Amino acid sequence: MSVEYKISFPHMGNYYIPIATFVKNTLNAKICLPPKITKKTLELGTKHSPDFVCVPFKYNLGNYIEALENGANVLIQAGGGCRFGYYSEVQEEILRNLGYNFKFFNITSRTFKPLLYYKMFKEINPMLTIKNFLYSFYLIYKQIAVLDKFEDYIRENIGFQINDGDFKRLEKKFHDELITIEKIKDLKSISIKYTKLLKEVPINKPNDCLRVGIVGEIYVLMEPFSSCFLEEELAKKGIEVKRYINISYLLFSKEHKKTNTLKLAKPYLQYNIGADGVDSVAHSKVLAKKGFDGIIHIKPFGCTPEINCMPILEKISEDYKIPILYFSFDSQTSETGVKTRLEAFHDMLLMRKEKNKKWKELT
Amino acid sequence: MMKDKIKVGIPRGLLYFKHEVLWKTFFEELGCNVVVSPETNKENLNKGIHYSIDESCLSAKIYMGHVDWLRNKVDYVFVPRIASYSKQNQTCTKFFAMPDIVENTFKDIKILKYNLDIANGKTERAGFIKLGLSLNKNIVKVLFAYRKAKYKQLENERKQTKEQEDILEKTDKIKILIVAHSYNIYDKLIGFPVQDYLKKLNIEVIYADKASKDESIRASYKISKSLYWIYNQEILGAIELYKEKIDGIIFLTTFPCGPDSLVNDLCIRKIKNIPLSYILIDELQGEAGIHTRLESFVDIITARRLRLCL
Ligand code: SF4
Ligand code: SF4
Repeated sequence: MSVEYKISFPHMGNYYIPIATFVKNTLNAKICLPPKITKKTLELGTKHSPDFVCVPFKYNLGNYIEALENGANVLIQAGGGCRFGYYSEVQEEILRNLGYNFKFFNITSRTFKPLLYYKMFKEINPMLTIKNFLYSFYLIYKQIAVLDKFEDYIRENIGFQINDGDFKRLEKKFHDELITIEKIKDLKSISIKYTKLLKEVPINKPNDCLRVGIVGEIYVLMEPFSSCFLEEELAKKGIEVKRYINISYLLFSKEHKKTNTLKLAKPYLQYNIGADGVDSVAHSKVLAKKGFDGIIHIKPFGCTPEINCMPILEKISEDYKIPILYFSFDSQTSETGVKTRLEAFHDMLLMRKEKNKKWKELT
Repeated sequence: MMKDKIKVGIPRGLLYFKHEVLWKTFFEELGCNVVVSPETNKENLNKGIHYSIDESCLSAKIYMGHVDWLRNKVDYVFVPRIASYSKQNQTCTKFFAMPDIVENTFKDIKILKYNLDIANGKTERAGFIKLGLSLNKNIVKVLFAYRKAKYKQLENERKQTKEQEDILEKTDKIKILIVAHSYNIYDKLIGFPVQDYLKKLNIEVIYADKASKDESIRASYKISKSLYWIYNQEILGAIELYKEKIDGIIFLTTFPCGPDSLVNDLCIRKIKNIPLSYILIDELQGEAGIHTRLESFVDIITARRLRLCL
């Protein structure tokens, strides 16, 4: 008798939606979503991880353990970053040492390799046709774009909703529908419907609200739990948040190509400084030029590429007179600490804004 | 009157310990005056800490201290970028960024560099030619300098491998393999105290980085199949190559080294039958603590050896 496959993968923000859709449409198998990330996830992951490995590793491992406990028997690792390529070998070893039985698929790659994935997936579902596979690929590509667009809008406006909870409620409904799609045309109708609904949410956004850009390492940017829900905290203070990095950007945008981002990062950088460090520099420069009020740079503790870019961000901050606040996250980061520093930063931005206004009135 | 020689400063940190002969010979052949910063001391370290981002690894902080020492003492500071040796492997991303970090941190430093990044089509030879031509217009001279430097470097590496392998065959002493990056084990503040103390305990210290690089990389796949940090492969393979001849292994790492954190963890899980110890050095490290650790590790090995002999 053959075993029934139960497939799982680590969480990162809301991207479980496209991954689940994809798995459902291509593999004739059950999906076993890991439970939502909680403190316990992180504790579990930390307990079994190498001491000072970067924190995305710990979250992933925690997700895997919780999923395996729920009966998953196929794990998928997918991710970017400088150590991600090596995560899976170590994670697999740790999990086997813990006595779990499972199949492990590593689709980690900095580039998109559909054919290679096809082979892997066919191993699980021998009935899978290349046509179906490519269609499903195309579908999630579009699905991710719709998801990211929706989130971008929320990020820029949630701080200004008139009725508390409007956006969150809408988002929940949107996710519930988005995860069920099978065809491009389902996606299209959802996209149209929710774009309209989004615009209908009443907001009150002043023209001169504070605007802050967030740059940094991709995992902590995209998994809100790992940054102590930093974006939500900013929104609560009535700040518009800009973030360039999301999956659409990383996988599909031309702008993300190293040669292009490097051009944007001139004259500060000559070379690729590892993982997505160049993006942090390029985007900080763009944010500074666009006149944003401040920048927040976030990274996991010890994240080398992002540490590499910090002396350069310092220089940008000096050249453009734009304040930058830095955060490092690991398994011991205290939420109150983050909140306090954010508040101080917020106060400082407000004072600067006032001062600039007065200065303008005078001159 | 003869023109003054160009003074090139090389920071005694990071990849200097792997390329000492190559770099020095090349610049000297081109008629430069080479100044290497002195052995690391507390002052370098403090300067390095001052000029680094808090969370940088200790090794990189020390490097910045050496760069600082060379300021105003030389015409150029040599800060190459070494990122990959093939499509399949790469170095730690710290080395991707060193020229950009140095240039953005020190406004008053002019740097010399070459870019080695085979994955992106940048070969060492091309890099050296470009670098050489910026110092000396004579292409023949530049080519010759590179050839000679490369030859001497390789010869030196072969000699070191040979010497170490002779010791491995001959000595009766307890042999401990130190798995560490060259810039850590040979640094005066980081690895030197460890080496030194082991020698005092009458241990023969074997250095993973002295194993033949090619052989070591090939052997490393037996321990880790997907490892792509070449400098870690170079030292990891030595375990596989020497495992029959050594009595124990010490992993020596600086805080918070990214690649080492993962690789060491994997090794500790996979390597059975040889006693292992793991030493992490940070800026506040006191020697006393390390001494106790080393002593007890040596005790374990000695006891084990006795047991095996009986
Ligand atoms: S980019 Fe940072 S967080 Fe990602 S793998 Fe590398 S060190 Fe870890
Ligand atoms: S490999 Fe480790 S010690 Fe070496 S530069 Fe990178 S982080 Fe630092």
